[in-house]
Amino acid sequence: MFEKVKQLFHRGKLSEAESKFLDPRPDYEEGYDAQRDVVVRLVAPKKKNAKPYQVRGIEDVASKNDWKAWVYLAPVIVLITVFLLYPLVNTFFIAFAKDYQYATGKFSGLTLDNFGIIFKLVEINGAKEEYFIQYAIPNTLIVTFVTVPVSIALALIISVALNSIKWFQKFLQTVFFLPYVTNAVAIGLVFSVMFDDSGVINFIFQSNTVWIYGADRWTAMIPLCIYIVWHSLPFKILILLSGLQGIDKQYYQAAQVDAAPKWKVLTRITVPLLSPQILYLMITSFIGAFKEYTSVVAMFNGPGTMGRASVIPDMETIVYYIYDNVEKLYTGRAAAAAVFLFAVIMAFTFIQFKVSKTRVHY
Amino acid sequence: MANEENVNLNPQQDGAATLTPAVYPDFKKIEVNANIVLSIEEAGQTVDSIKKAEKVGRIITTVLTYIFILALALTVLFPFYWMIITSLKQKAEIEAVNQTFFPTIVMWSNYSYVFQVFDFTQYMMNTIVVAIFSTLGTLLTTIFAAFAFARLQFKGREAVFAIFLMTMMIPGEMMVISNYLTISAFGWISDQTRMEAYAAMIVPFWVSVFYIYLLRQNFKQIPNELYLAAKVDGKSDWSFLWKVMVPLASPTLISITILKFMGTWNSYVWPQLVTKQEEFRLISNGLRGSAFTDVDTGQVEYGYQMAASFCVTVPLFLLFIFFRKYIMRGVGRAGIKG
Repeated sequence: MFEKVKQLFHRGKLSEAESKFLDPRPDYEEGYDAQRDVVVRLVAPKKKNAKPYQVRGIEDVASKNDWKAWVYLAPVIVLITVFLLYPLVNTFFIAFAKDYQYATGKFSGLTLDNFGIIFKLVEINGAKEEYFIQYAIPNTLIVTFVTVPVSIALALIISVALNSIKWFQKFLQTVFFLPYVTNAVAIGLVFSVMFDDSGVINFIFQSNTVWIYGADRWTAMIPLCIYIVWHSLPFKILILLSGLQGIDKQYYQAAQVDAAPKWKVLTRITVPLLSPQILYLMITSFIGAFKEYTSVVAMFNGPGTMGRASVIPDMETIVYYIYDNVEKLYTGRAAAAAVFLFAVIMAFTFIQFKVSKTRVHY
Repeated sequence: MANEENVNLNPQQDGAATLTPAVYPDFKKIEVNANIVLSIEEAGQTVDSIKKAEKVGRIITTVLTYIFILALALTVLFPFYWMIITSLKQKAEIEAVNQTFFPTIVMWSNYSYVFQVFDFTQYMMNTIVVAIFSTLGTLLTTIFAAFAFARLQFKGREAVFAIFLMTMMIPGEMMVISNYLTISAFGWISDQTRMEAYAAMIVPFWVSVFYIYLLRQNFKQIPNELYLAAKVDGKSDWSFLWKVMVPLASPTLISITILKFMGTWNSYVWPQLVTKQEEFRLISNGLRGSAFTDVDTGQVEYGYQMAASFCVTVPLFLLFIFFRKYIMRGVGRAGIKG
């Protein structure tokens, strides 16, 4: 009798109420078959028809109803295609298209002219444009190679110090995180007020340096870099501090037994054990610094040290150059610069991952 | 005598030179039955004097660490302080050669300027509308996609997810040019109405691969048994998602909401590009706009500008105070994946 009920149940011929009524104490175990991703019911081997059988409805998800998953994914796929993948392809296309008309999408063949223009090789309107190679690239490189090492080193020192103190640790941690939760433009404005000719920085150091408006390009780099470091510290401290708190205390106890000096503990234990976090920060902040833009707008109110009226965009970064040309509807140049930025970022990410394989201690 | 409790210094006694933890309540009681090499540095010092020196050294280190940390903390805080102080100063005092660290006359009127002339409320409203709708849209698409990637099995799941992850490496600047053209092809740029301006600022940001990744990790932690149990009970995927997964993942969802909100609050470039009228723009655009420049002299009114900056910063600080845990967790999560 019981066997018969089981068979019927297996074929799905009994209603739920019937099977409940007919089925005595269940003589089976439920288990999950990870390979097939189904729930299987293991019937005790003493029974005659003892073979595992599937509970209906579970395996549906795995095999037949692929479309369900695609329905869930549909909004994201549509949005990513329209606003991410298509633009990506299109930007490459615009960068290489000849006489591209953004309004109609017409073009007359492929060319490298757009790259030629930004790299000062091809004339446009009877003159060579030098902004990209003269200002955008050098400025971006300076910002990157100054702010990334400085901010990581500073963040490392601060987080080691924060990790070693007992009182007010949480409070100070919060204080150091505050620059993260600010509006980049608002605080950029504050920095430009502080570095004003008659501002507080000149007052404290009793100098007459012109930092921002009408400043020398190289002098103006200083407040810009200070602002970028200030703004990028909190994220780095957060990451490094969580990394530090994850380090096994045994290493430090062992160092204490050996009476290792503090700096040696830092360079031989802390930094190597933090290397995954440091590598991660190097990659992200490198990319971040290469895309620096808002800080320039916030502090200089324009592409150069003369603010919005700047004739020479001497504070321009690569991204600034891109946006400037998008706004002027010089799509070809903007696209070429964007492709260049993309290539650089990809190359550096790749190199850093390669390096990480040999240098990072996991 | 007390030898066994103390440091075992004789290698011959039990074969291996095991150093039991240094418990030496009284130095003199130790019976030396092996050759001990004292280093030159420690010669002539008792345990007490070494301990004392260590303690003094520790106190000095602690004090120096605190001085260092506090000095840096004050440096980090200084721009905030200066913003508040400048926002309350008179124009003449701001431009004076001798800077003051506290306003001689407190000018609350700078703030009334922000709300009357600068039209802070309009920018604020735009920002809040854009933030709410782009956050809602992002949450929905993220929940659906994360659910599909975390729970459902379908052909090409890993491949699609890998493509998604790869798009995270593409700098957003790559997309700006084409997205601008796409938006104008939609007709949202020319003869822009308020709704079109909002749509142009909201729709392109309805998807974030990073948040999908974040939520998928969270969904995956929810035990599969729950899902199978719900299946056995005859629950549909849909109700399982909303009744079990979403509530369980709410901390991550709160983090996403806040980070997304902050992102809109800070967004500058895209709104600047796609909005054609000042009244549709967001708060960051307003701050950097020309409202604080004196029409006659061309000089920037720093007092007003700082007052507006303060008004923009305060809501973020409030958000941070109330949701500190979620913000720091959400930001910090990014670092753990390495």
